[in-house]
Amino acid sequence: MSAANGRATVDVEGLSISYLRRRQPLRVIEDLTFSIRPGEAYGLVGESGCGKSTVAMALMRYLPQNAVVDAGRVTFAGDDLLGADGATLRRWRGSRMAMVYQDPASALNPSMRVGAQISEVYRQHRGMDGAAASKEAEAMLGKVRITDPGRILGRYPHELSGGQQQRVMIAMALSTDPELLVLDEPTTGLDATVEAEVLDLVEQLRSDFDTSILFISHNLGVVRRVCERVGVLYAGRLIEEGPSDELLREPRHPYTLGLLRCVPRRGMRKDALRLEPIPGSLPPLGADLPGCVYASRCPIARERCHVEPPPPYDTGDGRISRCHYHDEVPTIPPGEQQITPPPPSDGATLLKVEDLVKTYGTSGNSMQAVAGVSFEVRQGEVFGLVGESGSGKTSLARCLSGLVDASSGRATFEDHLDISAAEHRRNAELRRKLQMIFQNPDTSLNPRHSVRRILGRALLLLAGVKNRRERERRSLELASSVRLEPRHLQVRPSALSGGLKQRVAIARAFAGEPALVLCDEPVSALDVSVQAAILNLLLDVQAERKVSYLFISHDLNVVRYLADSIGVMYLGQLVDVGPARAVFDPPHHPYTEALVSAMTTLEDSGGSRPRIKLGGPMPSPSDPPSGCRFHTRCPRFLGDICRDEAPPWQRDGEGHQYRCHIRPGELSGLQRANGASPDEPQAATRRDHPPKENGRQG
Amino acid sequence: MEGRDATAVTVRPEAPGSPGRREGFGDLALAAASSKTFLTGAAILVFWVFMALFWGVVAPYDPQAVDPTASLAPPSGEHWFGTDNLGRDVLSRVLAGASSVLTVAPLGTALGMVGGIAVGLVTGYYRGRVDDVIMRVVDALLAFPLIIIAVLVLSVLGSSKVNVVLVIGVVFTPIVARTVRSAVLSEREREYVAAARLRGESGGYIMVSEILPNILSPIAVEATIRLGYAIFTSATLSFLSLGIQEPSPDWGLTISLGRVYLQAAPWVVVFPALALATLVVAVNLVADGLLQAVEE
Amino acid sequence: MGRFLLRRLWLSAITLLLVSVVLFVVAEVLPGDVGRTILGPFATNAQVAQLNQELGLDRPLPVRYADWLGNFVTGDWGQSFLLNTPVRSLVVERMVNSLLLGAFALAFIVPVSIGLGVLAALYRDRFIDRAISVTGLSLIALPEFVVGVIVLVIFAVELGWFPVSSQVPSANPVDVFRQFLMPSIPLMLVLFGYIARMARAGTVEALGSDYVRTAVLKGLSRRALIWRHVLRNALLPTISVVSVQVGYLFGGLVVIETLFNYPGIGKLLLDSAVGHDLPVLEASVLVVAVLYMLSNLVADSLYAVLNPRIRVGR
Repeated sequence: MSAANGRATVDVEGLSISYLRRRQPLRVIEDLTFSIRPGEAYGLVGESGCGKSTVAMALMRYLPQNAVVDAGRVTFAGDDLLGADGATLRRWRGSRMAMVYQDPASALNPSMRVGAQISEVYRQHRGMDGAAASKEAEAMLGKVRITDPGRILGRYPHELSGGQQQRVMIAMALSTDPELLVLDEPTTGLDATVEAEVLDLVEQLRSDFDTSILFISHNLGVVRRVCERVGVLYAGRLIEEGPSDELLREPRHPYTLGLLRCVPRRGMRKDALRLEPIPGSLPPLGADLPGCVYASRCPIARERCHVEPPPPYDTGDGRISRCHYHDEVPTIPPGEQQITPPPPSDGATLLKVEDLVKTYGTSGNSMQAVAGVSFEVRQGEVFGLVGESGSGKTSLARCLSGLVDASSGRATFEDHLDISAAEHRRNAELRRKLQMIFQNPDTSLNPRHSVRRILGRALLLLAGVKNRRERERRSLELASSVRLEPRHLQVRPSALSGGLKQRVAIARAFAGEPALVLCDEPVSALDVSVQAAILNLLLDVQAERKVSYLFISHDLNVVRYLADSIGVMYLGQLVDVGPARAVFDPPHHPYTEALVSAMTTLEDSGGSRPRIKLGGPMPSPSDPPSGCRFHTRCPRFLGDICRDEAPPWQRDGEGHQYRCHIRPGELSGLQRANGASPDEPQAATRRDHPPKENGRQG
Repeated sequence: MEGRDATAVTVRPEAPGSPGRREGFGDLALAAASSKTFLTGAAILVFWVFMALFWGVVAPYDPQAVDPTASLAPPSGEHWFGTDNLGRDVLSRVLAGASSVLTVAPLGTALGMVGGIAVGLVTGYYRGRVDDVIMRVVDALLAFPLIIIAVLVLSVLGSSKVNVVLVIGVVFTPIVARTVRSAVLSEREREYVAAARLRGESGGYIMVSEILPNILSPIAVEATIRLGYAIFTSATLSFLSLGIQEPSPDWGLTISLGRVYLQAAPWVVVFPALALATLVVAVNLVADGLLQAVEE
Repeated sequence: MGRFLLRRLWLSAITLLLVSVVLFVVAEVLPGDVGRTILGPFATNAQVAQLNQELGLDRPLPVRYADWLGNFVTGDWGQSFLLNTPVRSLVVERMVNSLLLGAFALAFIVPVSIGLGVLAALYRDRFIDRAISVTGLSLIALPEFVVGVIVLVIFAVELGWFPVSSQVPSANPVDVFRQFLMPSIPLMLVLFGYIARMARAGTVEALGSDYVRTAVLKGLSRRALIWRHVLRNALLPTISVVSVQVGYLFGGLVVIETLFNYPGIGKLLLDSAVGHDLPVLEASVLVVAVLYMLSNLVADSLYAVLNPRIRVGR
């Protein structure tokens, strides 16, 4: 029954899949060939729309109804998968092949206890009775490191945290020790620390189970951690494949190289290196491209690339590249390294927030989303605000922007404007000077209005441009300042790509010469190649207009790259705040330490550094823990003092302060004692980076 | 179709490169126009609207012309649908009968839509106390079956065309308001509304120029569904002798009066009943076609 | 769960209170000057005022309302103008008759509609789905009196299988069928349209959900899949649909009972409305509203019991 040695668990050959839209077939997967060996973890990476989920569904034989397999063969442990009948599939699924996907909250049946959902698999495939299946389910929950599995069995999915739900999904998938496990973006949408836990678990389980894994992700760092081999998908084609470390260290396809260059690496800062976005955009679905699909965006494309599709070239060491000029890829020079000079800052305080509180709900059932936050943003700086979901960073932004009233506390802007009042009590000057960029450009631009109307309206109200002709002129100006073309003015947002839409949103925020722009996760909804362009744009506009940003993000890599100062929020409180380097290198607060530790970057491959684990789930903001709010999960928990006493602010004298009972310098001692040295990750990066990056370690 | 098996009873249609939710009114009309359900319904509806306007040209006889010699005559070459107790031509009366219901129902619907959209926009956008109170009143009104309110009000105010229109409009207002309000509630959470507030737009501008254009699809669907109910209701009220009064050839009224001759002359009742059925089914087909287009 | 139900109870109470206000305004205030109406245009103003005083109509509206509501709550529903009998026993008796008829229709059609709705969803876009959906859609559209007239013509008049007017049946099941089948058919057809449609929609949604995908990919048998994973989640919303239909049912009963001459609350309501028998009209409407609220409460409780998200509180 199980795969013989040497035979691939999954063998995909020349697979082509189309979707029918209005009876028109649109090719989404083109001539895909790859195989996964027994026990191997194979990563499939690509941006949205590249077809990776279609591949996953094809392997489970669960394609949508409008999908057509045009050509190709898929064998599963030597048996034909595409031709298998319903009974065979039912026998295989859940027993020999299993899948875990994004958003575990909706993947579990809301009206069934977790235990019943897991034991169902044993009853179906192992013929066990209820009691035996339930015992197995409990044991399985233990294997995915869930605390107190007996109790979890009797819970409904909505009673579990996101991390626990995903563990249950993984337990369910692995319960019958399948030959193939498909993980489709299993950590997307989870918080960084939870993502890290789930990834750790997958790594650990790989040694317990002999399962082949297809790991699908848009995140190169994540894939590198988990997988031995990686395939890169672009527009439905596998454009490069190879062992993950080698492939990501020295890509042989310009697209892979582009992907690597457009994400900020560890230690990379805006004043040292500029991000390199990939020009252009993904070809539309079903586009008829005679040559290489990447040719239009490729820096080394020539005549031949536009007419002749590249075959899979074998580049040695088990690597494949679909690029005619794969030899030249390592020599592609980095793009123009023109660094945006940071705007001259006089260091004056622009925004001063004092003890701001935001409470939602009524007295009986209230929740303090922001619990007394104080900080300052200086003129011309980027203040990065990080924290996981539930930390209150978005509530804080909504208070500052004026979308909601603050419950108490003060916020002053330019020393004289009180901004703790909501937007309808603000005056025109304040509105003009304080604007916001939202996360999702699909919803932040009115789909019924043209770009011209969106910008014109902002100019009318924020810049007071009453004359129509003048407004048109200024709209064009504004558009060009965010690198939009005049033709973009007449279309509606739906005709624009995600990156272009976000440019419109940025232009709108800048209509009235703002002094402070709140950026609420402005690149989180965008693909990585577009992210880089937007981040560069934000920096360019900042240099031109001398604006400050309050930049909210869950992505530590981005914040580290961009921010001059950083605030870390946990359960409504600011727990760590100061200059970026002082906060992160090395971290002083245990929560910051855990966040840094949870970062997945391109530099480290699987298991190279011990991870700092947070105990337990995030407590509810409506019932925060006593003493230090972080004590229930703190890996550096000292004892009763953390439980009983609110921690003091510790200051290092250079503007960095954090709220903890551990004094400056003490944390590194604790780290050494626990064997988790903060130096290790730095050591791991040492070989990849110029010496100046290490100089700070001193 | 390949790649699917019997176990996968119905799979969520994945939509790569799909335009997402329908945005425009034009898109909606386009999608609806390609549905057979919608087209069938629209064709029948157009037929009856034409009759309501031009029955005078089409009808073979004067619908009010009494002919005592031909009382309760069965269908024949002369009178295709037979005659009623006064010898009036049933076919002509059926054709003419469309006009009363197609006046009362659309007017009542329009009244209810206008009121409902206004109330729904305001309560949905401003929320708070006003919203709470209005929604309680809406619940209270919804606790009565439509017919019962109509019976109650018409018996107090007296029955006339105008009163029927008013009753339908007033009863529809809260129902429409509820639909509009829930659409507004989800729409106002979108960030373009936040952006409009941050640049200092007034509440009126945001409701009318930002939100309203984005909820036209559910409003269109609601309007069609309401029209169906309005026809249903106005016919029922006529049947209960609380609506349109004699000598109108209104279908509900004709059926009510013709019941007496059911055994002797079923055609007096059957043809208006069929006419009414086709009209209401047509409106529902249109509504369903629109709904499918919106959900697609 | 307790809190959820308590909140529901509280909301129902408020809504009922509002219902009574609306009813009071429509029935007692809208008609205008009652004294003038009774005495006619030739009476002097003094005469009108005196009559109004005798009737207690000169008192402030809130006092009149409180008085009016107090009488209802204490069980004093007054005398019928037309029949000269106490209103309470009359309304209660007619209500029981209507409930019997309504229960008959519901007991028959709810399981059938749910079954066919689910069936349509399972065979989505196939012939059987089209047939069920289009039938349902057409049936919703047919006013009860149209269907009622047609079944009367065919089964009572032409074939003579059933009586032309229905009576309250005896306990004999054959008699129950004989009396109730005809009047309940128009009600059932409309109910079928709604309930089947909602059951289909709920099932279609559940079938497209991520958790059903999980279940399919577990390799479960089709039966386990549908019974354990689809139906329970799919039919939860149908519960509230059925309870809303109870409200509709009373509207339908007005027409049906009139058509079939059945002594229920609907006919009483219409007769009292036409005959301006205000005490009976008000009592009937209030009783209908109370019953509608009760059915909603029952549905809410059932929903809460079956839905772990509410049962197992946050």
